Amino acid sequence: MTCVHLLLTLVFAVSLGTPVEIQRPRGVPLTSIQFYVENKPFTCLDGSRTISFDRVNDDYCDCKDGSDEPGTAACPNGSFHCTNAGYRPMFIPSSRINDGICDCCDTTDEYNSGAKCENTCKELGRKEREVLQKMAEITKEGFLLKQHLIEEAKKGQQEKQSKVTDMQGNKKQLDEKVEVLRTVKETAEQPEKEAKERHLKAWEEQKAAIRLEKDKAKMAEAFLELDDNADGFVSVSELQSHAELDADADGTLTETEAQGLMGGAEQVDTSTFESVWPNIKDKYHSEVSREEADMSCLVSSEVPFGQKVFFLEKTVVKLSAQKARDDFEEAEKALREMDDQIRNIEKELSFDFGPDAEFTYLYSQCYELTTGEYIYRLCPFNRVSQKPKYGGSETNLGTWGSWSGPENNKYLLMKYDHGTGCWQGPNRSTTVKLTCGKETVVTSTSEPSRCEYLIEFTTPAVCQEPANTDLSPHDHEEL
Amino acid sequence: MAAFCGRYCTAQTGWVPLIVLLCVSARAVDRSNFKTCEQSAFCKRQRELKPGRSPYRALLDTLELSDSRITLQLINDNNKVRLLLELYRLQGNMTRVKINELKPLKPRYEVPDVLISDPITETLSVVSQDENSLVLSLGGKDQRLIVSAQPFRLDIVEGPQVLVSLNSRGLLAFEHLRARKDTISHKISSTVGSMWDSLKSIFSSKSELEQATEQENVEQRTDEDGQIKEEEDKPGMWEETFKSHTDSKPNGPSSISLDFSLPGVEHVYGIPEHADTLKLKNTDGSDPYRLYNLDVFQYELHNPMALYGAVPVLISHSTDRTMGIFWLNAAETWVDISSNTAGKMMFGKILDFVQVSSEAPQTDVRWISESGIIDVFIMLGPKPADVFTQYASLTGTQSFPPLTALAYHQCRWNYNDQEDVKSVDQGFDEHDIPYDFIWLDIEHADGKRYFTWDPSKFPQPKEMLQGLMDKRRKLVAIVDPHIRVDNGYKIHNEILSKNFYVKNKDGGDYEGWCWPGNSGYPDFTNPEMRAWWASKFAYEQYEGSMENQYVWNDMNEPSVFNGPEVTMHKDALHGGWEHRDVHNLYGLYVQKATADGLVERSGGVERPFVLTRAFFAGSQRYGAVWTGDNAAEWGHLKISIPMCLSLGLAGISFCGADVGGFFKHPSAELLVRWYQAGAYQPFFRAHAHIDTPRREPWLFGPENTALIREAIRQRYALLPYWYQLFYNAHRTGYPVVRPLWVEYPNDVATFSIEDEYLIGKDLLVHPVTDEGATAVTAYLPGKGEVWYDVHTFQKHDGEQSLYIPVTMSSIPVFQRGGSIICRKDRVRRSSSCMENDPYTLYAALNSQGSAEGELYIDDFHTFNFEKAKQFVHRHLSFSANTLSSRNLAPDSQFSTASWIEKIVIIGGSQPSSATLKNADDTESALEFEFDSTLAVLTLRKPGVNAAADWTVILR
Repeated sequence: MTCVHLLLTLVFAVSLGTPVEIQRPRGVPLTSIQFYVENKPFTCLDGSRTISFDRVNDDYCDCKDGSDEPGTAACPNGSFHCTNAGYRPMFIPSSRINDGICDCCDTTDEYNSGAKCENTCKELGRKEREVLQKMAEITKEGFLLKQHLIEEAKKGQQEKQSKVTDMQGNKKQLDEKVEVLRTVKETAEQPEKEAKERHLKAWEEQKAAIRLEKDKAKMAEAFLELDDNADGFVSVSELQSHAELDADADGTLTETEAQGLMGGAEQVDTSTFESVWPNIKDKYHSEVSREEADMSCLVSSEVPFGQKVFFLEKTVVKLSAQKARDDFEEAEKALREMDDQIRNIEKELSFDFGPDAEFTYLYSQCYELTTGEYIYRLCPFNRVSQKPKYGGSETNLGTWGSWSGPENNKYLLMKYDHGTGCWQGPNRSTTVKLTCGKETVVTSTSEPSRCEYLIEFTTPAVCQEPANTDLSPHDHEEL
Repeated sequence: MAAFCGRYCTAQTGWVPLIVLLCVSARAVDRSNFKTCEQSAFCKRQRELKPGRSPYRALLDTLELSDSRITLQLINDNNKVRLLLELYRLQGNMTRVKINELKPLKPRYEVPDVLISDPITETLSVVSQDENSLVLSLGGKDQRLIVSAQPFRLDIVEGPQVLVSLNSRGLLAFEHLRARKDTISHKISSTVGSMWDSLKSIFSSKSELEQATEQENVEQRTDEDGQIKEEEDKPGMWEETFKSHTDSKPNGPSSISLDFSLPGVEHVYGIPEHADTLKLKNTDGSDPYRLYNLDVFQYELHNPMALYGAVPVLISHSTDRTMGIFWLNAAETWVDISSNTAGKMMFGKILDFVQVSSEAPQTDVRWISESGIIDVFIMLGPKPADVFTQYASLTGTQSFPPLTALAYHQCRWNYNDQEDVKSVDQGFDEHDIPYDFIWLDIEHADGKRYFTWDPSKFPQPKEMLQGLMDKRRKLVAIVDPHIRVDNGYKIHNEILSKNFYVKNKDGGDYEGWCWPGNSGYPDFTNPEMRAWWASKFAYEQYEGSMENQYVWNDMNEPSVFNGPEVTMHKDALHGGWEHRDVHNLYGLYVQKATADGLVERSGGVERPFVLTRAFFAGSQRYGAVWTGDNAAEWGHLKISIPMCLSLGLAGISFCGADVGGFFKHPSAELLVRWYQAGAYQPFFRAHAHIDTPRREPWLFGPENTALIREAIRQRYALLPYWYQLFYNAHRTGYPVVRPLWVEYPNDVATFSIEDEYLIGKDLLVHPVTDEGATAVTAYLPGKGEVWYDVHTFQKHDGEQSLYIPVTMSSIPVFQRGGSIICRKDRVRRSSSCMENDPYTLYAALNSQGSAEGELYIDDFHTFNFEKAKQFVHRHLSFSANTLSSRNLAPDSQFSTASWIEKIVIIGGSQPSSATLKNADDTESALEFEFDSTLAVLTLRKPGVNAAADWTVILR
């Protein structure tokens, strides 16, 4: 209670503009003064030992916790308190006492080093107040802007939501329409299809007939070739002269094998050859090889005929089918477009635009900053890129990854990754640091580590509700 | 900082075609970029010569004796070429052997500027002489130098023992300079048979009989005109092509070789720089160790390939004796090491002197260099300290760095801009981590034009430097020796107008590719050029520089991206000499000229600090070296220890490796372990490649930040000890960090240890260098000695292997019982902030209950310690319960504000009283505490000035 009381005294004193100098050992904060009582034994703050008071601040470390030397550099783990009247009080490590460097704006840390320090607390205090005031203004205005952003975002979100709902309704109708048109189209196409099928079938039949005829011709030819002695019979021995017919691929057609091919007969005449022919025709090599050319000739001369018939018929049918087809395609296209629109809106709605959707307005925007060498381009929720100012191709510094601020407020940092790869290094990535500002603007870019970029970006969207700065005395009195 | 591929390829997108050529496999060293012995024509020729009877004969009748030396001629009986042998007995127990051609066609290169002065000679007297030998006295202890005439060999003996033999294996080979033949006509005139004969005779060993026959038939070896027959050319004598580079070799063959046998020796060390074990390996069946300063991209561990620097000094050690061989030659050099058995090479006159056991081990060493002369210093020890003194008397001692240079350095390729520098500086304060130096790599300069600043990134360098100065901190900016060829660049234009560039073989300015693109290379071998270079560091010349800015010389092998083996063409010209002759010296000159510049800019007041990557014998005089572009791998952490120990043995104490590893990304564990190891190595700098993620000490989580902070704080607390050791190194040439065998020369168990070492003689460090280690085993040497864990004060006996469980915070360090070490336990944000802080004395008692140590204090940054004897040097000793501080330098004067804060006596007993007696005989009682479990007595606040005489008496 005493502690609180003393603290309050100081607070009042400062707020009244009359600083009160309180006697206490050097480097001790007001909150600990009761432990340092002049001429009474001092107990280390960790309770580890008690020493006579003249050993406090005698430039020798007696307490393990460093508490006996708040005003000297003797203890490695000690800390020194500077009051910094007019500015902020602070603790510095003991090692900064009398090290020749001015750390406390009230100069109290350099009392024996010869360092020439000036008391800059008033100036710092003034500057800090200015900065704080400016910050407060920015925060205030920024926070107002943020409210608008939130409203707009919410409105926009609702609009989009209802638009999606509407569109989904429309889409259903469109879906049905497409189905109807599909049926119409298919019906209209039916004669066309049938004609096509008919002609195909006719053509297939025609081809089969041609093939059959050809095969017969080939068979006859083969018979004549095989019948070496022209006795009208093909004998086993005559067949054996065609080694390619060998079944076991040992290079010779044995008598037994040949007889097997001839269905067990010693010899066959033209008619029985018809049953032998299927056994040998795949392997049989004509002595005058020419049938392939014949066949292709045959086919090529036959095709135009069939096609011509088909095309004539098609032109007639087409006239009625075309319109149905066009109608259907048009409807289908409209459906696709609508699908895209719905997907886009849904995608947008799926982004994490902050707890109050305050970052929504950044979506599909881009912000640029031109530096000495490059133009940096930040398109929030999309990508970051860098382009040489004086020509050259653009480099991807990362595509939208995630919010990556600290746990208590992840919306302070954005992470963009998987950018263009670096030689012998990682893929480029960018961290965007968001600070409160009235304007939405990229304020600086840097590459702290190779291929890892840092962009500083101000936006009202991160402005916090201004704290109630004028803490009135009642709050304390209520304590 | 900078193996070329990494930077070359990323920084210069315009050079894509070259990238493809040079950087196809960037994972590890591309061995095909560098020559093997087989691919280096002279090495191949020399190595084809096998041990046997030497064709050289000493002509004893040409003996000339003067007070300082003897000379006599040698003749090669195969080709009749005469050599001149000079022998010197040097003060401090050294012998110098010089061999040159008696009448070379043109002068051969003799390395200048490495010896600090002409060595002081002592009289060599002839003890006896007969038709085949000459015995010279080397003074005390029955030391003799025996010259055997036929075949020629030298033996240094002491009493009945051979210490070293030269040419005992017949590998002396001296390729004399010759006129290039009228190629075709000459070849046709020789018959195939005679060609074959002469080929055989050049480099082949022959039986004694054959040799004798040839001797008799000498006359027949001249042709009808009475002219001596020329040796036939061998491939690579007049031109040599490696990859796409042709070396024109206008002077033809010029290589030299000589063998040394060391009876009784099994351990040899030194000849840095190699990424290899401390104890040199046998090179039979592999390449010899190579000494040729090269920019090796992603070097491999455990092989004899050349690296960035070369010190041709080999140290041999046995329980009997420590010796050294200093081969003073700056050309490409290869060193073969093999084991042998002593005795089999002994015959003739030597047998009158010595007893030879045929079973005794022996190490044979063979040096091969491409050009120059044989100039070798045999340092006869006999103790390790004697060898260090001997070598220091030749090439000088370690420069005494300003204290701040021994503190922690924070480097990265690159700190991007002034803002970055400022925020890193603040980061150290925010995390309460001390540091003294922040470093800027090549990106700080305007288009890699050194001595300038990038106007957009560093528009106000003085403002930045002043900001650092306000924190009592400093900066290093890189200045490389390749100069951008750009007529808008002042430095280039001046060099051009003064005609200071190295020339190509055709006499034009030599140009090669380096960071800035097309670059010229100033001829640092020219003293006028060096003086001009030094003048460029004057504050008014180097715009934006300030007194807290120091310099770093990288790429000074020199690195030439498109040159043979990434360096300069050997036929490039430095005045009258070829680059071939001076190559290994180039880097030394760059650092020398830079250091001179820093001294000059301060009017001769301030000690310089310059870091170099390339070095040679004598580089210790100019600053620090680091082990180049290592990698974030455990193996690289481990090898940093033997690499720096080897450098220390060769005179260069101020050595370190990039903490964290230059290439690749270290795990947090590796980074922490590297900080812990680096904190106990002489040069302590973290560095990282531009393509690696940032790794300032606070980026790995609070636990690791705390571990790194603690390691760096331990370094700062020990700075007084490091400083005192550097002072001693500067005065004596003793290495600052030492292999255990240096202090325990009779303990064979220490001879191959390279995972632990001594700092001075009183601290033993066994860093943890294994991933996931839960324990290390440290060898504590010294029978009857005791060692104390510096963190726990736990006592351990010497001559044992101690199993030490470790955690991530462990850095096993032991203080030798019998030593007193001074620390400053008030660690602040930079070493300058601590200069007036008080000392704590840690007296670790030996088994006799005594201890001693030293304390050295000066202004920490000027030459006044030397010029005006402004320093404090105290001897601290504890014995018979009395601790006293005695002045070691009564004629010096310096006043310090530092005082004695605390005295910790480890391994003592509890007194009933402690009394401080001041110089004026006043006395006061000291309070004390005694920890009986650890036997640690702490005396509270003696408060005496550190420069005063005082005594503390315990009763």
